[in-house]
Amino acid sequence: MSDIKKIKDEYLAKLNEQLDLNLINQIKTDLFGKNGLISNQFKQLGKIPEEERKKFASDLNIIKDELQNLIAFKIEEIEKKEINQKLEKEKIDITLPERPVPQGKIHPVSQVIDEISSIFSEIGFSIEEGPDVENEYNNFTALNTPDNHPARDMHDTFYLDEKKELLLRTHTSPVQIRTMLNDKPPFKIIAPGRTYRSDSDQTHAPMFHQVEGLHIDKNINMGHLKGCLNYFIKEFFEVDKIKMRFRPSHFPFTEPSAEVDIGYEVKNGKIIIGEGDKWLEVLGCGMVHPNVLKNVNVNPDEFQGYAFGIGIDRLAMLKYGINDLRAFFDCDYRWLSQFGFDPIDVPSSYRGLSR
Amino acid sequence: MKITTDWLKDHLDTDFNENQIIDKLTDVGLEVESVEKQSGELDSFVVAKIIKAEKHPNADRLRVCDVDIGSGNLIKVVCGAPNAKDGLITIYAPPGAIVPKNQTKLVVSKIRGVTSYGMLCSESELNISDESDGITELPLDKFENKIGKSYFPKNNSNVIDISITPNRADCLGIRGIARDLAAAGSGTLKNLKVNKLLQEEKQTVNVKIEDEEEQACTVFGSCLITGVKNTESPEWLKEKIISIGQKPISAIVDITNYVMFDLNRPLHAYDVGKIDKGIVVRNSKKNETFKALDNKDYKLEDGMCVISDASGVLGLGGIIGGTRSGTELDTKNVLIESAYFSPRSIRKSSKILNIDTDAKFRFERGIDPLSIEQGLEKAAGLIKEICGGKISQFDVQKIKDYKKESLKFDPSLFEKVTGIKIENSEIEKILNKLGFEVKEIEKSFELKIPTWRPDIFQSIDVVEELVRIKGYDKIKLIEPKKIREKPTLNKKQRLFHFLQRAVASKGYLEAITWSFTDSRINQLFIENNKEIKIVNPISSDLDVLRSSIFSNLIIHLNKNLDRGFKDLSIFEIGPAFFGEKPGDQQTVIGGLKSGKFSRQNWLEKERLVDVYDVKSDVVQSLMEAGYDKDKLYFDTETPNYYHPGKSGRVFLNRGKEKVVAFFGDIHPSILKKIDIKVEALVGFEIFLDNIKQPKKSLKDQKTNFKFSDFQKSERDFAFILDKGFPVQELIEVISNVDKNLIKSVKVFDVYEGNNIPENKKSIALNVTIQSSEKTLSEDDLNKINQSIISTVESKIDAKIRS
Repeated sequence: MSDIKKIKDEYLAKLNEQLDLNLINQIKTDLFGKNGLISNQFKQLGKIPEEERKKFASDLNIIKDELQNLIAFKIEEIEKKEINQKLEKEKIDITLPERPVPQGKIHPVSQVIDEISSIFSEIGFSIEEGPDVENEYNNFTALNTPDNHPARDMHDTFYLDEKKELLLRTHTSPVQIRTMLNDKPPFKIIAPGRTYRSDSDQTHAPMFHQVEGLHIDKNINMGHLKGCLNYFIKEFFEVDKIKMRFRPSHFPFTEPSAEVDIGYEVKNGKIIIGEGDKWLEVLGCGMVHPNVLKNVNVNPDEFQGYAFGIGIDRLAMLKYGINDLRAFFDCDYRWLSQFGFDPIDVPSSYRGLSR
Repeated sequence: MKITTDWLKDHLDTDFNENQIIDKLTDVGLEVESVEKQSGELDSFVVAKIIKAEKHPNADRLRVCDVDIGSGNLIKVVCGAPNAKDGLITIYAPPGAIVPKNQTKLVVSKIRGVTSYGMLCSESELNISDESDGITELPLDKFENKIGKSYFPKNNSNVIDISITPNRADCLGIRGIARDLAAAGSGTLKNLKVNKLLQEEKQTVNVKIEDEEEQACTVFGSCLITGVKNTESPEWLKEKIISIGQKPISAIVDITNYVMFDLNRPLHAYDVGKIDKGIVVRNSKKNETFKALDNKDYKLEDGMCVISDASGVLGLGGIIGGTRSGTELDTKNVLIESAYFSPRSIRKSSKILNIDTDAKFRFERGIDPLSIEQGLEKAAGLIKEICGGKISQFDVQKIKDYKKESLKFDPSLFEKVTGIKIENSEIEKILNKLGFEVKEIEKSFELKIPTWRPDIFQSIDVVEELVRIKGYDKIKLIEPKKIREKPTLNKKQRLFHFLQRAVASKGYLEAITWSFTDSRINQLFIENNKEIKIVNPISSDLDVLRSSIFSNLIIHLNKNLDRGFKDLSIFEIGPAFFGEKPGDQQTVIGGLKSGKFSRQNWLEKERLVDVYDVKSDVVQSLMEAGYDKDKLYFDTETPNYYHPGKSGRVFLNRGKEKVVAFFGDIHPSILKKIDIKVEALVGFEIFLDNIKQPKKSLKDQKTNFKFSDFQKSERDFAFILDKGFPVQELIEVISNVDKNLIKSVKVFDVYEGNNIPENKKSIALNVTIQSSEKTLSEDDLNKINQSIISTVESKIDAKIRS
């Protein structure tokens, strides 16, 4: 018994000295190797008288566990220290800049087109398109704007031929004509796209974007028109309440026609939509003129409905605080970076249109 | 159309104040564009006399004037006008006044060392005419005793500028506007005063309307007033004319203008002494000329409606009069013309000659053909009152009779269109006030349309009248239903959406540029396409429709380089045009990338952008849009604007159906021609219309999930082959050796140089081999190795590198 007590005390003292991994392993072999001090004690067990054996074995086991635990602990301690020393050496400056990732952007007009499409999708509109080059008939005549009518003066038109039969569409309304000629009612479409007028100054660009809307069915009236546009404006500006005013106006292809103003105020130089007592004109609309329906072989006694046209660029300016229309098409890298949208930022109704 | 509430009240009995009237105007569809203060601002502009004008000591073109503004002291004003001279009576604006033309506020300022107190004004600065050469010259006799008095008549009424839509010809006269307001409940329309004129003598100037084909003048009424004394207009008339931004000229001219603005009845006054025999209204003959009242000479085409006499053209009917027969202060006998001209003809002629006048603006929108006598009566009465003289009987020549048109109106249409109800009594009330004659017959109305409303001829027009007067705010909003019966986007639109965002996610900024471009730049990218010219471009460098996205994109890339950027990636998705017919366009994504990757980066070695960057962008984007990357097929036939040796063409598969994309270095000669300084420029074009839509949707393309857990092995090979041989073919040959076992083929080295024969290259590949049935033995693997080597060597001119 005193033997093992001696071994224990001796090695406990040894183990508590400063040791490296090799020395510990040496101690481990000294104690628990094939001929280790503790191992040998176990071999002696049989020679111990029976009455003492049980007690001795028990003591030996306790000492064994104690020494083994300490050894394991010491090994772990040293390994940890060594790893920490290694890691300490590997330390780098993580405040250095990361690897650059090129950042692409979606143009605000494209983003806003996606927002608009998402909103109208919810209430059952699908998207139609038409060509940028139109014939005179689709752009004017079919839309109840005959030649030599002063309403044509409202559209400064780019022509592609001297006879003025081919032109760059001055509005997205010819898509109404194409859609209705190609299909049968009901129609419920929006048509975003490029439009052109030979007009260029601070607030006019020779090319701009419009979205056309058309809903023709049995019994679609001005109440539906009001509801649709009220819904759209509210959703687009992501506000709970919107102040809206329908004013009588004139477009040859709708009757009755209206222009729509929304209420706003300027707070700290920013336009707040939906509040205040100032009015901002945002779109034109009306009930599709029976002459237009006749031109596309839709019976105006059976079908009726509304159409509207919205300036997309202007909506984008209002929503995202962009002041200069011309900058949309200037391609300035700084501007595109600032006002562009991340490509993964896809507007959707459940996630929300904007972030 | 400018109005004042004062003038409005000549026709409208109302308790409404100006703000209420403005709101009502907007409510009925007469959009108020602006309300300008008239009083106050202009009060400080006074009649002044230059006592002495001397040359400015420090500036040859300036004068220093001592000006009498009626305050006792002389004021010093520095003036640049060449006509500033001693004794001139003109208009002076003191410091603090706001110049009407440019809205700038005058301040006391030193001009070349001489302090100037205020300004002497030109007519154009005061918005009373376009005359900007020199300061206003007022007649001495009339203004000598008015020095110091306000030049503009005091007027408390604001000028309300209304934007009249093209259908509302009737509202180009103040009475028409008053009528709308009355109908909408803002007062009562006053009855027109009827002047009993004494008309004893006949109108002796012979007037004839030639009854020719396409005669635009259908009615020509006239009245002769003899023995007049033309003069300056009385104050009340001048005030009226000035109050709506016009310039008073002489009583006779002011009266005709007054009647036009008041009743929307354009008139013209002739000096009878200058008419050679009688008046003939006829179509012009090509090359006839005349000098118009705008002092321009016009050469006419065939078939324009002219008022002529024995000596030639006097004026263009309904558009502009001529100087030859114009009235002057010494005019003794006046002939007043009140006629009807067809809108189409007025519009056609004025467009050809590029003339815009108040009369033309009205006639082309449609004047009340039954207002001939009304205009003559009003004008003749006023002329007699102001200028004296004897009024003849009216002479009305016509080749067509006009009467009120009838229309049957079913009142149920109102509710059908607007969704709200209206009582028949309200219909009757509104229409009556708008000038309709209304008769209720059984359940519908028999309407007689007022002749001043050429815009109304069918039932829907009547609905519009009713609803705009009743008020759009009465229409009840119906919430839209959230039901979708058709998909929002079709497949092509979805592809557009995916590719647009896929390309952007590769680091490109999306640009939107004009669909038109500079023909000189477009020429570089046009290939065999037709140039599509714009007949009336906005500027000479935007004169054609773009044949390629690249033309504008490269111009803008260059501008960004000028801004100091070097490493640029921009793209545009939009139309490129190949013909001038509708639909001769395709949707293209064009992208350009310039400069370097990792420029001055501490981590990565910087390198120039190259063709494999754009290839990767194209391939990756197509993959993200749902196309199998491994099926893409490439060859080297590309348009001339690409580097012939560093560009490629992409097909969705070997079948080579349609080119879906090009990519490559931009040809150096293009860079030279555009003078673009760039270290490297690569680009790509993806043709969306050429991308075939897969028959199966992506979700249906997914096969069962199959995988192998058996061990996979990798083997490396190096083959020596012709430098020009496409590696694409080599990979395909290897893949086809055993499609079940060969899972992937990767190129890990391309080597030319030492140890490799000239015109050859060494391609090192890593091939992954795996069976889905068993672990391959060394023997199996060796067999495949051998098979790969022998197949490659036999099928293509290649040798394994030993």
